[in-house]
Amino acid sequence: MINGLLNGVRRLGHRVVDMLWRMGVSTRFFLLLLLHSGQCFRRFHLIIREVFSTGVLSLIIILVSGLFVGMVLGLQGYETLQTYGSEEALGILVALSLVRELGPVVAALLFASRAGSAITAEIGLMKATEQLAAMEMMAVNPIARVVAPRFWGGVISMPLLAALFSAMGILGGWLVGVVLIGVDEGSFWSQMRAAVDFKEDILNGVIKSFVFGVAVTTIALFEGYDAPPTAEGVSRATTRTVVTSSLAILGLDFILTAFMFSGV
Amino acid sequence: MSDNLIEICDLSFAYSDRMVLKGINLSARRGQVIAIMGNSGCGKTTLLRLIGGAMRPTQGLLRVDGVDMGEVDQRGLYRLRRRMGMLFQFGALFTDMSVLDNVAFQLREHTDLPEEMIRDLALMKLNAVGLRGAQDLMPSELSGGMARRVALARSIALDPALILYDEPFAGLDPISLGVTGNLIRRLTDTLGMTSIVVTHDVHESLKMVDYIYFVSEGVIVAQGTPEEIKASELPYVHQFVHGEEDGPVPFHYPAPSYAADLELSA
Amino acid sequence: MQRATLDLWVGFFVAVGLAALLFLALKVGNMGAFDSAKTYEVKASFENIGGLKARAPVKSAGVLVGRVGDISFDTETYEASVTLKLDARYPFPRDSSASIMTSGLLGEQYVALEAGGDEKMLANGERLKLTQGAVVLENLIGQFLYNKAEGEGKAENSPQ
Repeated sequence: MINGLLNGVRRLGHRVVDMLWRMGVSTRFFLLLLLHSGQCFRRFHLIIREVFSTGVLSLIIILVSGLFVGMVLGLQGYETLQTYGSEEALGILVALSLVRELGPVVAALLFASRAGSAITAEIGLMKATEQLAAMEMMAVNPIARVVAPRFWGGVISMPLLAALFSAMGILGGWLVGVVLIGVDEGSFWSQMRAAVDFKEDILNGVIKSFVFGVAVTTIALFEGYDAPPTAEGVSRATTRTVVTSSLAILGLDFILTAFMFSGV
Repeated sequence: MSDNLIEICDLSFAYSDRMVLKGINLSARRGQVIAIMGNSGCGKTTLLRLIGGAMRPTQGLLRVDGVDMGEVDQRGLYRLRRRMGMLFQFGALFTDMSVLDNVAFQLREHTDLPEEMIRDLALMKLNAVGLRGAQDLMPSELSGGMARRVALARSIALDPALILYDEPFAGLDPISLGVTGNLIRRLTDTLGMTSIVVTHDVHESLKMVDYIYFVSEGVIVAQGTPEEIKASELPYVHQFVHGEEDGPVPFHYPAPSYAADLELSA
Repeated sequence: MQRATLDLWVGFFVAVGLAALLFLALKVGNMGAFDSAKTYEVKASFENIGGLKARAPVKSAGVLVGRVGDISFDTETYEASVTLKLDARYPFPRDSSASIMTSGLLGEQYVALEAGGDEKMLANGERLKLTQGAVVLENLIGQFLYNKAEGEGKAENSPQ
């Protein structure tokens, strides 16, 4: 009985220590990554390659999801607003929810599962097949050559993807609200413009997506770099990337929202 | 400049508290092909990684080209590694680059040569391993033996003074095996390199190396030229060279008595 | 993939992404409408501002002419002091009046400016004299019920 309890406490302690250790190691990894970023800015085509594989390849899923999320918002928003006789506010509802929350958050979640998992799998496989060790033996630092360009590629792509998601969503809301249902086009846009502030809403949304981009790519890169060099290890690391970065996105979103919108 | 490229004196290494290498003495003269042999798990790959600077010795002296590997800093290590090549067990080619880009990788990273010259140099290296025709293939399109040869071309891209081979013969068919063995010998001679080959393929290595070290359980148990090894009467070497099941290296992993394990205690 | 194709795709991606940001800034947000344009400030005191918020629109004849800037409480008059940021393109006479209105029954509140007849125009920092506060719905309903009850009482008392 007491032994069982002790074991439980020990396991808990182990988990906490393990978690703290991982946080420390990943922070060190992040700092190393920033330290070694100079080289990849001098060879910008390395970053361009990664913008392609994280940004361009995520384009389709982001655009399609954005359109559908916006269309659903338009439909649901109309149903709700109609009961209060203020359908014209549909533009506000669609735009604010997309620009402030759904755009950055959903785009980041999609980014984590599309690009984040790919980054982890790629780095993990490079490690498992000794490509990183080979690079090290060729006197090329893998953090500078492999990790840093992927980081900056992801950080550049994420805000652009989030903006595309929001823009697509607003078009989707417009499509359903104005074109299909017949809400007045003029008031849809003018009310939206009157309510959405550039600094307060749009800029904060961009800042959010930037923070999410940093978080997701760092997690994905660290999990890949830290993965046990086996097939099982890489697959576990990929799963962990999606889970951890999704939780990180939602947690960070809460914190950022509390900071950004509470003062107003 | 000392005649020996590698000098190892009373070298020990331990992973946390498990001793892997105990008091190794080894030296490699410039221009030689040295084989380090032993059964799996005897510490020979660890020795190779120590020479490559991936790990630091726990005790003892390890000098590569006059640089003390126990003392060298990151910058010095990277400077040394530019004159060092390593062939990994399965090639470790960069899967997202073509064969030519793989070979040109170090030239692009470490030199400011114009693109055409890098291409020419890389093609020369590929030609040396007979794979100039495969320059546009991706690593996934290569057979195991071809990948090994491309990796060899990649590791000699900067004309290193030393090449380390980690199991270059593992998983190769007899033809590729012979080709790889000849290639190692020929490149060592023509480029004036020194080669350290870690392997357990006795017959292939006996054909091409200058000197052989046998490692068992972290110590060197035998050494000599191929002729001396073939003639050796040491039980370990005899067992290894002839692939016998029983000898100093037991077939059974250490275990309690069979009867006790099966709970047949009388 | 060829370097050129890659560059093309990435260039396309970045261009589209920036275009989306621009779309959000100009078409969805209110950037370029006022923040960059010149404004002048006018003060107005209200008895009650209801649910008026900073950045609420200021309209005249239904046209957006400015935005509510700062809202504070004046401890001398015990009234709300509201700063209106008006577009410099639209000068208003000094005797213009401001009132707080609601768009629709439950919509957001805004400030309506009614132009007066004075020859002199409002200058930066001047105070509007004629104001009307927000109509508080509860008061309105209370009054309506009271009137109705009174009306019914009269009807009952009247001879048949």
